[in-house]
Amino acid sequence: MPEIIKNGQIVDDAWQVLRLKTDQPPESIELPPDAALFPVSVWKTRKPELLARLETTGVWLASHETPEDIAEDIAKFRIIGIDFPKFSDGRGYSSARLLRERFRFKGEIRAIGDVLRDQLFLMKRCGIDAYAIRPGKDVHAALAGLRGFSETYQGDVDQPRPLFLRRYA
Amino acid sequence: MIRAPAEAAGRFLTTGNVFMYRYDAIDRQILKERVAQHRDQIERNLAGELSDDELRPMRLQNGLYIERHAPMLRVAIPYGQLSSAQLRKLAEISRRYDRRYGHFTTRHNLQFNWPKFEQTPDLLEELSTVDMHGIQSSGSCIRNITTDPFAGVAPDEREDPRPYCEIFRQWSTFHPEFTFLPRKFKIAISGSAEDRAIIRAHDLGLEIVKNPEDETGFRVFAGGGMGRAPMIGQIVRDFLPRRHALSYLEALLRVYNRYGRRDNLYKSRIKILVNSLGIREFTRRVEAEWAYLKDGPSTLTDADFDRFARCFTPPPYEILPEDTPSLTEEAEKNGAFAFWLKYNIFPHKIPGYAAVVLPLKAMGKPPGDITDIQMDGLADLAERFSFGELRVGHDQNLVLANVRRSDLFILWKALRPLGLSTPAAGLLPDMICCPGGDYCGLANARSLPLANAIQERFSNPARLRDIGKISLNVSGCVNSCGHHHVANIGILGVDKNAAEWYQVSLGGRQGNRATIGKIIGPAFTPKEIPDVIEALIDVYFENRTASECFIDTLERIGVEPFRARAYRGRDKSKLARIDNREPSNA
Ligand code: SF4
Repeated sequence: MPEIIKNGQIVDDAWQVLRLKTDQPPESIELPPDAALFPVSVWKTRKPELLARLETTGVWLASHETPEDIAEDIAKFRIIGIDFPKFSDGRGYSSARLLRERFRFKGEIRAIGDVLRDQLFLMKRCGIDAYAIRPGKDVHAALAGLRGFSETYQGDVDQPRPLFLRRYA
Repeated sequence: MIRAPAEAAGRFLTTGNVFMYRYDAIDRQILKERVAQHRDQIERNLAGELSDDELRPMRLQNGLYIERHAPMLRVAIPYGQLSSAQLRKLAEISRRYDRRYGHFTTRHNLQFNWPKFEQTPDLLEELSTVDMHGIQSSGSCIRNITTDPFAGVAPDEREDPRPYCEIFRQWSTFHPEFTFLPRKFKIAISGSAEDRAIIRAHDLGLEIVKNPEDETGFRVFAGGGMGRAPMIGQIVRDFLPRRHALSYLEALLRVYNRYGRRDNLYKSRIKILVNSLGIREFTRRVEAEWAYLKDGPSTLTDADFDRFARCFTPPPYEILPEDTPSLTEEAEKNGAFAFWLKYNIFPHKIPGYAAVVLPLKAMGKPPGDITDIQMDGLADLAERFSFGELRVGHDQNLVLANVRRSDLFILWKALRPLGLSTPAAGLLPDMICCPGGDYCGLANARSLPLANAIQERFSNPARLRDIGKISLNVSGCVNSCGHHHVANIGILGVDKNAAEWYQVSLGGRQGNRATIGKIIGPAFTPKEIPDVIEALIDVYFENRTASECFIDTLERIGVEPFRARAYRGRDKSKLARIDNREPSNA
């Protein structure tokens, strides 16, 4: 079973990520029976079917998609994925913060795609708590990426109070 | 090293007591961890665990470039303030890791051009011993924040911008959401009536203003920038109360991070987003985002501002008479000193003090270059004459911000052996010029030989005085690090059919009326440029009124007479037509 990092530990994890090929219509693809993260387009077009199996259903946001696109459904999910098509595409950081801070999403936020050790600390601060490290990279070594800095200057999801408020307290 | 006896005007011989932001244990710990992180990343890269592509954005955000000849390390000088101890360390590093010099850029950075890749962790560790680093001096992140080199001393200052700079430095350092922006993001802050930080040519410009109730806040400009498609920033908000500064910046950056283009490197700066949405829609999105963030935990109180302001307490000024008769006497006896006094002294808000501009524009040297001997010498002079602290300006000049007027003559004499008493600030040889093709991997053409050819042609002091205030800047490619767009005469290196050509623009200016210069026509060969400048100056001479400087005459009579003279006797068909919209190798 594939291993991911979740809540600071390596765990076995069976959730799949369904990605559509460019010519695949979301209306007619076959839904895998097992736990899967679906593209927003599949969620939107196949809602009745997926609502019936919410325990094994999550969505993932592409980097050009935003939490607003699934606003009314967010609370339904146990898990929402955020895709990093390239690790240097920073839109997912904003999506994660919005999910946590604006939409008060309490479930798991999982980084998928080009997820690498050196970005984990930033992701964590934005509210991402599970990381499907890119295949081919050592997930155990990547754990070290969560230990970044002992202090941070600005407020974030973990610690909303900026350092200047805490420093002189 | 110049070390005069202590009694010779040295009244402030100390290294510890410097009037700038001082790192506390937390700042040091964070920096230490950053150095360790970089070391680990370099080691993993050398071991093959971290690819060059994966390392790239991270090394850039530590200031490490891989350049034409060797790696280049860009050291940040946050908002341009530098202590003598730090400058000495930079000198030492230049000896140990480089070729005994450094290069000041236009954005409060010092670059080392010759470090070895494997040595950069050691170099950064060494820098951290004086609380310095290369953090966010490059890469697609919020860059080093820049401001007026006369901050805290300028007579026209509304409020000292440095405490705000420090607030923003902390906020922007390793910001978890904004470390992978579509592209670089540059912020400049001005606290005075006249803008000396070109805030309107930055991605984000902040002007400190007071509202009718005398509250402090910011006028917020966004979407300015040089480079390809240069633009002047537009007003997003006329008055932002200062307590909301962080939540507002967060909202603005979030809009950029989410909606800025990522598909095309040349269209990814915020100016393109602002322009394609229009300033009204852009503003609407920022304000809508801000509505959620406003009054959140990052709201600043007056007590917070006071705490940051106390990090910049003024030095212990003496009570001095406004007039310094000895200066006038020396100036009468000594023409060179009088010349320097006229151009290189900036007024100060405390009677009896002056700020001194030290142009790093030595003939035959790349503008902005400084040798280790000059660094050490200046560190000493800053301690003797200016409370152990220096400033770096966007014009590649240094500033001693707090000099007693009665010390100016001794200071001038001490600057001469260091080669730092010339040229005159603001006159033609005081050019801004990027490193260009001699050092920079992105260049289309060299800029240094051209700048030197111009300096050589215009070296007669009497003539320079006659020409008066003028700005002439040179960039080696459209990235415009040499700020040629906002120069009265701008020169841009372009490359056509594997040859170097230079495009001339006219009418740019900095300050409150910041303007982008207009290209006058086909590009010239390097040999033609000094003649072209000469022709432009001639038109100015023929048309000026007694009180006009170059840009005034240009504005009054228009570009046409200048353009006509520049091309007179030249066969335009032999010159190079360049389309700047075409992506080149930048
Ligand atoms: S303007 Fe171009 S050539 Fe000059 S330093 Fe910048 S990138 Fe390099």
